[in-house]
Amino acid sequence: MMETLFSVAFLIQMLRITVPYMLAALGGSISERSGVINIALEGKLLAGAFCATLGAYYTDSVFVGAAAGIGGGVVVGALYALVVIRFRADQIVAGVAINLLALGLTRFLLKRAFDSTANSPPIESLTANALAEPLFWIACALVPVVHVTLMHTPFGLRLRAVGDHPEAAATVGVAVARVRWIAVLIAGALAGLGGAWLALSSGGFVAEMSGGRGYVALAAVIMGKWRPVAATLACLLFGFAEAFQLNLQTSGAGLPSELVQMLPYVLTMVVLAGFIGRSRAPGALGKPY
Amino acid sequence: MKREAYIIVVSLLVAMAAGSLLILAIGQSPAQVYGTLLARTWGDSYGFGQVLFKTTPLIFTGLAVALAFRVGLFNIGAEGQMIVGAFATGLVGTWLPGGTPWVIAIPLAIAAGVIAGGALGAIPGYLRARFGAHEVINTIMLNFIAGALVLWAGRSWFFVEESTHTATVIDSVRIPSLGISGSAANLSFFLALLAAAGVWYFLERTRRGYEWRAVGENPRAAEAAGIRIGRSIIWAMAASGALAGAVGANFVLGYKHYFEDGIGRGVGFMGIAVALLGRNHPVGIVLAALLFGTLSHGGFEVSELVPKELVDVLQAVIILAVAATSAEVRRLTTR
Repeated sequence: MMETLFSVAFLIQMLRITVPYMLAALGGSISERSGVINIALEGKLLAGAFCATLGAYYTDSVFVGAAAGIGGGVVVGALYALVVIRFRADQIVAGVAINLLALGLTRFLLKRAFDSTANSPPIESLTANALAEPLFWIACALVPVVHVTLMHTPFGLRLRAVGDHPEAAATVGVAVARVRWIAVLIAGALAGLGGAWLALSSGGFVAEMSGGRGYVALAAVIMGKWRPVAATLACLLFGFAEAFQLNLQTSGAGLPSELVQMLPYVLTMVVLAGFIGRSRAPGALGKPY
Repeated sequence: MKREAYIIVVSLLVAMAAGSLLILAIGQSPAQVYGTLLARTWGDSYGFGQVLFKTTPLIFTGLAVALAFRVGLFNIGAEGQMIVGAFATGLVGTWLPGGTPWVIAIPLAIAAGVIAGGALGAIPGYLRARFGAHEVINTIMLNFIAGALVLWAGRSWFFVEESTHTATVIDSVRIPSLGISGSAANLSFFLALLAAAGVWYFLERTRRGYEWRAVGENPRAAEAAGIRIGRSIIWAMAASGALAGAVGANFVLGYKHYFEDGIGRGVGFMGIAVALLGRNHPVGIVLAALLFGTLSHGGFEVSELVPKELVDVLQAVIILAVAATSAEVRRLTTR
């Protein structure tokens, strides 16, 4: 067991598993930095996974699948933005509703498109060796891109201002609503890509396959104090947890699989309890403007 | 009152429109789908019985979510609380000695469910009160955790060999059916109505209820007035979980007569829609629960025409519509 933990194969598996968390967390940090809570990450992940499956199924191309996944995430993001920015609905309620909508709609469409209630037929998928996939390196490159954009560009500055003090930003001429729309759409695109990776690396769509990763990614954002790079590191921790429990199950160490599967969720709760008090959320997070 | 009616009507219209779009997109006629749905629920005695059967748990979970909302808390964990509650009810129902009179057996079994759900609900409450950890993610995490724990405990000790359900509960703990044309509707429906009345009375007529509402409306003012916020949060989440835990009465005691993995799936999340559409008011909740109960059984009845997942989509659309409309109304009327 210990040998597997420190093997290259485990490391690669861990990286492969971390990608959806990381992309969702990147998206989440952008959206939350602009002041919009993103409980809907889970729904965006799921939508991305489903659209990617459709794309890859009909074109046998991983890249089309990825693009479709991004599109799916953006569409969900747009709906979320409409409800919470234009209509100023409560962001937590709307986020939960979006996730329920994604769950129901993907199941509905799964039935219609593939006549199954559980999973899609197999699709063109990514190889197990994540490091060999260009998509992996694109995803990794997004981390510094997001960091630099958020921290060192005028756009990023406006975005952070909108998240901390929208009234002040408005007085200097920043279009608060527009910045937030862009942030939520970017978050949708990133999470959609994460979902695409999830489906493509699993070889298909399984109902409810996002499995709570969107919420875990949100916890990673909080743990990383809303900073993209730190959030990514937090995601590595969760990726490790998931890879670890997967290996625990197959290693025959005698631990019941149900208990082992709980590990990422318990870890999330522990992280939240330990890190909330010490982090400073963006000043206007969750408040409709 | 007029504001609330407006919100409800608009949300339902939006949902109907969205549903119609989806139905049209798959080549069916909305009129036919809605018509068939109505005919086989309210137009048929078995169907109506099934509607009541589906409504009962939604009253409980709707109350659970609404009670939390009134205190300013988001209980997305009703699903997990329902599972542990139903599991506890089922277990107690099998453990009681066969000759226990029903006046003792039934309340005991239900109490077990209520306590189990309450305990699970208290956890995120404590984490919120003590560490400031927002209960949204924690309740969702506990949904996953509770489901896994119950499955593990059942498979290890409590389920019948090679199955995912417990043994059958003893005779005296069964809740009698309402006898509506062979449907599953049972007396726990009236228990749900009682719970709704009880929650209304608690919130509107007791001091503790007043304190909780104060915490929900303005926590700082409440604290300044001497109300212990932390304690209110923990007890409110526990009470919320307790209500969700009572669902076992309907499914386990009143219908299947054993606990099975997957029983009542979805009622926890539907409770969110019920609470919102019912505007967090017990009367509204009962009515909203009836609507969703109708959709739930009706969706099943029209599944040859339309995948029953349509109901899940409609439920989510309703939540979005209510959230959007209520915010818009508030904005338009408070200038």
